[in-house]
Amino acid sequence: MSARVLVGVKRVIDYAVKIRVKPDHTGVVTDGVKHSMNPFCEIAVEEAVKLKEKKLVKEVVAVSCGPQQAQGKEIDLQIISNKRMTVGFILQETIRTALAMGADRGIHVEVSGKDYETLGPLQVSKILAALAKKEEANLIILGKQAIDDDCNQTGQMTAALLDWPQGTFASEVTMDRDMLKVVREIDGGLETIKIKMPAVLTADLRLNTPRYATLPNIMKAKKKKITTVKPGDLGVDVSSRLEVLNVEEPPQRLAGVKVETVDDLVGKLKEAGKI
Amino acid sequence: QSTLVVAEHNNDTLTPITLNAISAANKLGSDVSCLVAGTNCAKVVEQLSKVQGVKKVLVAQHELYKGLLPEELTPLILATQKQFNFTHICAGASAFGKNLLPRVAAKLDVAPISDIIEIKSPDTFVRTIYAGNALSTVKCHESVKVFTVRGTSFEPATIEGGSASSEEVATSAPAGLSEWLEQTLSKSDRPDLASAKVVVSGGRGLKSGDNFKLLYALADKLNAAVGASRAAVDAGYVPNDMQVGQTGKIVAPELYIAVGISGAIQHLAGMKDSKIIVAINKDPEAPIFQVADYGLVADLFKVVPELTEAINKS
Repeated sequence: MSARVLVGVKRVIDYAVKIRVKPDHTGVVTDGVKHSMNPFCEIAVEEAVKLKEKKLVKEVVAVSCGPQQAQGKEIDLQIISNKRMTVGFILQETIRTALAMGADRGIHVEVSGKDYETLGPLQVSKILAALAKKEEANLIILGKQAIDDDCNQTGQMTAALLDWPQGTFASEVTMDRDMLKVVREIDGGLETIKIKMPAVLTADLRLNTPRYATLPNIMKAKKKKITTVKPGDLGVDVSSRLEVLNVEEPPQRLAGVKVETVDDLVGKLKEAGKI
Repeated sequence: QSTLVVAEHNNDTLTPITLNAISAANKLGSDVSCLVAGTNCAKVVEQLSKVQGVKKVLVAQHELYKGLLPEELTPLILATQKQFNFTHICAGASAFGKNLLPRVAAKLDVAPISDIIEIKSPDTFVRTIYAGNALSTVKCHESVKVFTVRGTSFEPATIEGGSASSEEVATSAPAGLSEWLEQTLSKSDRPDLASAKVVVSGGRGLKSGDNFKLLYALADKLNAAVGASRAAVDAGYVPNDMQVGQTGKIVAPELYIAVGISGAIQHLAGMKDSKIIVAINKDPEAPIFQVADYGLVADLFKVVPELTEAINKS
């Protein structure tokens, strides 16, 4: 099989970080905050690498959009308690993580300043669609959503722009020549569809368990190639017609009372008219 | 100004979140039309025509729409949009709406807005970001506003008193890119998780899928739906469609009972708008107690059966 897979990887604030809203209400605090690869993107990378290991695809290309040098100081490798390597702070390190997991090469789409602040799923979809054509990819695998903006749009929109079918929220993918059988997570259970390649897949949680990048693979990844392109080179206009007016903290829910026994609890719930 | 709501249904009944989307659409202050695409959806059309606030029901009936595939629905919605020039297109923020509307938006070259929780004005919406840890107010300068609606943030429209007219719309040419094979839906006699008045959820503290039977027994006494934390799903105790949280379902029942759930922010994102939250956990430091109205620090294996029993008596 001669398929080439593009995998989108997004650098986001680490899932374990407590989010703080900026005092001027323009966004959330990102400076000096630990960043990682979006967890759903890790699953997407894993799926692509698995397809390559099964020799169903020939090349896996990791793509990420962002500034050349993200703010904050450079930290090369952090080893945290569970022995998992995380690489943070510099966007290219997100691509390196994908390379360390087994992607063959990387593409860094350089978007900076104001454009980066307003970069949304529509613009990223246009970039991915243009790259898919340029790279002659026939499969794009993305995470179903990013845990920062929680949009859940990029895969669907990339598929639309290319007029490709979409296998979103995938929990199982089987490739049979140019057909993909996709089991999808839907509200009441699972759904199975068959789509024609070229296609876009978005990964749900149960698609696989992403591997940890091992130290030897991290070293190897340093030798893999990352090329840089600008949206303009791809003919993509990244201006946005969405304007964030205000970002604020949600109303805080106050802790109530501790009850000592089941009877106390039942009493309280009866008082509240809930049982 | 006019709004199109894309109806979600299974040919027999309308999915409840469509009613929440209709009431959001009504807040925009313009005429609301609903599009029903399906294979044999007369019943749904009839239901929809009675919904308050719906002016027109647009119907497209064809084998093509089996499984409501986005590849086939998108050209239909685009053709409908061309005919009626809606200023807004929306659907519920369910797996269906989230799958479909971004595809439609990209084809219209507009940025969609996902999972809105409030409408400030016809072009300004509020949505949550970072697992509900921040609220973002977004002004949309697109010619057509495309958005999905969080069901728990808008009251459902009532299915009575309405008298919408219905109108057939032309079927689109087949895209032929995808084929729907089957659905395996979890069978349950309990209420639907997303719309249940009471939800009992279990986490890793349950220790096994088998132990969820403690929660099922309690749920049956309360006529409740049963949910789970992502940890419990990841551990393989229960299927993913039971997951409540940032990456699962958003629920806001009258009563939410969290059992053996520590309360990671990703879980809180899915349930913190519940009216009353009860937490049962043996760890007094568990973050779930910071949002619980009533917290019981205890061994769930002891107190859940007691609670089931106590409700039996009352």
